[in-house]
Amino acid sequence: MSVNPSSALDVVDLDVAYRVRGRERQVLRGISFSIAKGESYGLVGESGCGKSTVAFAIVRHLARNGRIRDGRVLIDGRDLLTLSRAELREMRSKAVSMVYQDPGRALNPSIRVGRQIAEVFEVLGGERKESLERAEEMLRKVQIADAGSVMQRYPHQLSGGMQQRVVIAMALAPDPTLLILDEPTTGLDATVEAEVLDLVANLRQEFGASVLFISHNLGVIAKMCDRVGVLYAGSLVEEGPARALFDDPHHPYTVGLLRCIPRGGMRKDQGRLDSIPGFLPPPGAHLPGCVFADRCPLADDRCHTEPPPPVPLPGGRVTRCFYHEQAQSIPRQTPEDLPPVPRDPSIAPVLRASDVSKTFRQGISQIHALSGVSVELWPGETLGLVGESGSGKTTFARVLLGITKPDADSMLVLDDHALPGTTGKRTRDDIRAIQIVFQNPDQALNQRHAVKRIVGRALERLAGLHGRKRDDRMVALTRSVRLDDRYLSVRPASLSGGLKQRVAIARAFAGNPRIVVCDEPTSALDVSVQAAILNLLGELQRDEQTSYIFISHDLGVVRYLSDRIAVLYLGRLMEVGAAERVFDGPHHPYTEALLSAIPTIEGEERPRIRLEGDIPSAADPPSGCVFHTRCPRRIGEICDTEEPPLAEVEPGHFMRCHIPIDELRRLQVAPPPQRAPTETVPSSAA
Amino acid sequence: MLTFLARRFALALVTLWLLSIIVFVGAQVLPGNPGRAILGPFADDGAVEQLNHELGFDQPLLTRYWDWLSGFIHGDMGTSYVYNAPVSDFIGDALVNSIQLAAFALIIVIPVSIVGGVIAALKVGRLIDRTITVAGLSLAVVPEFVTAIVLILVFGIWLELLPVTAAAPADVGFFEGLKYLLLPALALTAVLFGYIARMARAGTVTSLDSDYARTAVLKGLPWRTVLGRHVLRNSLLPTITVIAVQAGFMMGGLVVIERIFNYQGMGLLIFNAATRKDFPMLQSAILTIGIIFIMMTLVADILTSLLNPRIRVSRAES
Amino acid sequence: MTATTPSVEPGSALPVDTSELRRARRETFRALLRSKTFLVGLLIVGFWVFCAVFGNLIAPEDPLQTNSSVTLKAPSAEHLFGTDALGRDIFSRVLVGSRDIITVALLATILGTVAGTGLGLVMGYFRGLVDEVISRVVEAFFALPIVIVALLALTALGPSNITVIVVIGLVFTPLIARTVRSAVLSERELEYVSAAKLRGERTPYILFVEILPNVLPPVIVEFTVRLGYAIFTVATLSFLGFGIQPPTPDWGLQIAESYGLIGGGFWWTALFPALAIATLVVGVNLIADGVQSVLER
Repeated sequence: MSVNPSSALDVVDLDVAYRVRGRERQVLRGISFSIAKGESYGLVGESGCGKSTVAFAIVRHLARNGRIRDGRVLIDGRDLLTLSRAELREMRSKAVSMVYQDPGRALNPSIRVGRQIAEVFEVLGGERKESLERAEEMLRKVQIADAGSVMQRYPHQLSGGMQQRVVIAMALAPDPTLLILDEPTTGLDATVEAEVLDLVANLRQEFGASVLFISHNLGVIAKMCDRVGVLYAGSLVEEGPARALFDDPHHPYTVGLLRCIPRGGMRKDQGRLDSIPGFLPPPGAHLPGCVFADRCPLADDRCHTEPPPPVPLPGGRVTRCFYHEQAQSIPRQTPEDLPPVPRDPSIAPVLRASDVSKTFRQGISQIHALSGVSVELWPGETLGLVGESGSGKTTFARVLLGITKPDADSMLVLDDHALPGTTGKRTRDDIRAIQIVFQNPDQALNQRHAVKRIVGRALERLAGLHGRKRDDRMVALTRSVRLDDRYLSVRPASLSGGLKQRVAIARAFAGNPRIVVCDEPTSALDVSVQAAILNLLGELQRDEQTSYIFISHDLGVVRYLSDRIAVLYLGRLMEVGAAERVFDGPHHPYTEALLSAIPTIEGEERPRIRLEGDIPSAADPPSGCVFHTRCPRRIGEICDTEEPPLAEVEPGHFMRCHIPIDELRRLQVAPPPQRAPTETVPSSAA
Repeated sequence: MLTFLARRFALALVTLWLLSIIVFVGAQVLPGNPGRAILGPFADDGAVEQLNHELGFDQPLLTRYWDWLSGFIHGDMGTSYVYNAPVSDFIGDALVNSIQLAAFALIIVIPVSIVGGVIAALKVGRLIDRTITVAGLSLAVVPEFVTAIVLILVFGIWLELLPVTAAAPADVGFFEGLKYLLLPALALTAVLFGYIARMARAGTVTSLDSDYARTAVLKGLPWRTVLGRHVLRNSLLPTITVIAVQAGFMMGGLVVIERIFNYQGMGLLIFNAATRKDFPMLQSAILTIGIIFIMMTLVADILTSLLNPRIRVSRAES
Repeated sequence: MTATTPSVEPGSALPVDTSELRRARRETFRALLRSKTFLVGLLIVGFWVFCAVFGNLIAPEDPLQTNSSVTLKAPSAEHLFGTDALGRDIFSRVLVGSRDIITVALLATILGTVAGTGLGLVMGYFRGLVDEVISRVVEAFFALPIVIVALLALTALGPSNITVIVVIGLVFTPLIARTVRSAVLSERELEYVSAAKLRGERTPYILFVEILPNVLPPVIVEFTVRLGYAIFTVATLSFLGFGIQPPTPDWGLQIAESYGLIGGGFWWTALFPALAIATLVVGVNLIADGVQSVLER
């Protein structure tokens, strides 16, 4: 492959292996790609594909058991892999910088933030005083107000978003040729993530750096990158300009991946998500031939034995598939449509939450996790619960389940009777009526118990079945979640994420629940597995008429699955209504900002509404409307002093805002004017 | 930081109080009839009763506890049954001796073990690491009297380099006197090395594997700077606690070494009190070493909070 | 897997290799056996356990038999480890001396582990006042070296094998409880405990069926580590005269009887029992180390 002299980064035939338990496992299979000067390149893939390994191989900082077996990595024409230690240090200090996940841990907890940034300048030969001044300047460049005082702080005194800005400042300080970002916003709230991404985009323009952006989130990649490479099992299966690749994919894996994601505001009655059969290969698996052959509907014998060569396509695209022309016409895994389920509006709600509040005591301060949340849930519907950290959505779920006891005035009514606050006081029927599927199946399933025991115990306690009846029902239950019988005698540690989650779902449905709380059920899963689980949840809902309370930070998924949506901010219900109403508008200003923060694959030209400052602390909520400190549509003093009531602004659509709905409808045609930055909000986020 | 320390101090006081109760129960309640325990099963009842009365053991429990505790706080630690003299005199002397020995041992062991632990961490998994770790582990678990005997044999008998008791003649000079302390200090060093080196190693390994160490390396900083400025600062924090705790332990836990070398420290004092059933001496001496130990943990807390910014500066302060 | 169109549902198509699962279980044992430290430790301890059980049968002479004609003889072909001040064969005494110390230390550790685990489970799960109060008491105990506490108790109660077992076991209880407590603290936050509550499970079930199996690894590690401490403590107490009582040929006692003789050149009387203690303690700790590195996944 010829090396373009004007490229910032050239990776040629990179082959990396890890030594695990005495055997070498190949993690990168001779990949090659280039990033031009000033270009932003996205590397996308699911877990185990090797994307982080690419980043660490480029800076030559693999784990102790990792080894670069072959290949070249050229930055500005110099091969990093052949440099001496001193030369490598020089490159690291000047030419390449890296930002990775979890900024809190990337910063030294015992050294002041300003000093850590100044170090970068000192390595380049600067004097101490001058370096500190330049460090402060960098802090201003990353939009940190009050840079002077932030310089003196320790990392633990800053919020997550601010920490990531500091890390970005540190990375851009030496004006590097290449900036590598490895999942830099995973784990941050939607609005904070949007801010950080915007910052990176702006700074990229200003500094002229090339960017290698690594993520599993296709929306983020589509938003941030000019070109994209799709990585699967250590091999680059497709590459090309972002827009072209997402609109017109030419590899079965890319096609499958894109079909797994709800796109363009898709909703569940418009069609089911597709999925990719089989499992992701574990890192280092032995895969002769095409890496995707085992799961590809188009694969034949040639695909299983011969690795496909890179096929150049017009428009600067490359694909590795013998049958790439047919990629887009591969048959769907899951049948397309479902007959819609008619819902009878006259049925009574299955759950009524009235004025639910929860206050935690922490030392002397009181944390108002929930304040007066009132909402109803109908049988067979999905209520999407949306909000960022500190919104109280997890607390609300725990109150519903009876794990957390709500404050005295709160009322929960299930069907026709009141629900006691804790599981200890609830009847068995009530307990089995409300169940939960947790986010992390590793923690939600007892790793020491076999699957048979986990599901069996649930059947005994919730459905009251024993002996033969229990076993029969267990088989039926595992069938309905598509869990093969042979997994029953196995412990969760041996199962993949998707399988574990199926066990968790089976357990939740053991007692025929009326309501199932889904708390980020797919956030820890890969995209292709996610779709299968979401489809499963949809099926179960149709068959059992179960209601879901669906909590997720992925608004695309929430929009897909939910019939109604509730938006929480700082423990208060800001808006609740039918999904289309809440998403399409007119809607609450917070909802408006939240929606504008989601990066989508389509790259809608919806202008970003930036919220200034951090989310206020739940221990000391703002007066009046709690959103007023950040609201871009604040109309005046009334917002500061008087909390608006939750009013029905349209049939079935409730909002907590002083602005009348017609006014909102008129205003939200255009984005709000950028709000002037207020005085420094204390950086102690909840 | 101040709130943190205030809390620790208050808790320490509670613990001290509980300790005094435990010691009192052990020394005065457990024996049942202390007078009988002292005089033995064959003494006649009249003598036992009289002894109990003399020692004040026929008073109600609470009175005895209160008398002892309030006396102790004011410096009166009771009267030794064996020597018929104030306990505080003996404790004072013994304490000074224990402190000398402990200080000497610490001066030797702290630099050696920290360097050893850090080196082992830097070369994790390699031969030097395994050697240091296994050696440290073995030395730490082998009972001190075994180490002491081996040392006596090697340095005292076979090589005849050092005196085999620690009881130096009264008129000996400072450095001459140190020679007498050297063998017991070495025995102590052997034991302490394992613990301190292990903690230094663990702390350094964690620090080396951390994300912030990676950031420092990827910034292009020279290795010396990464180690000195970024890694060691965080890695040695837990080691300080271990050192302080060991120092506190040495105040009374060295019974065996003191016995073998015939060194009049707190451990030997307690042992003698135990064999002679000198209950007043026993309970006051034990309470003393308990107090010292708790004080040392407080010192460790103070040092840690001074050196750890996460405690020193809370999130709300700017 | 050469199907052209896999017509199976995701999640059940490519099976997890079941033989892989069985292999995973044996991995733990294999890893243990691969660890050199573990094997060496096992060898040493195995030897001493053998001596403890069969000591009387393999000892060349009666360990209690005094013989005034062969006192303080240096090691020779007849008496491999020499003889002591009463003419007793030291080799036999060392072999047989393993029995009491191993028995007492083992029983004390078992007592401490069982009691400590129970206490730790309760403290870690319920927290609140119970936890606070017991933690304070534990901290108070910590302020005193084990030997001192044992001295205090044994002075009052009078030394015998049973009292030594009980005292050491009770002193270990809070130490082990502390480890179990912190393990329980992290486990109870995990969602499977919430899931159990959501089934209406009662507290004993949650503690013993759900949580205990997950805190077993640290318990096992603690057990092996404490066993080493127990041996050390019993030997020390015997040396001081507060442990195993004569005429049992206990190693600590042997050293106590003979360390004064070192000055006179009779080094073998103290050295061999000392080495016996050293090897046993090191052996147990090697096992503990091996177990710890394997179980710390």
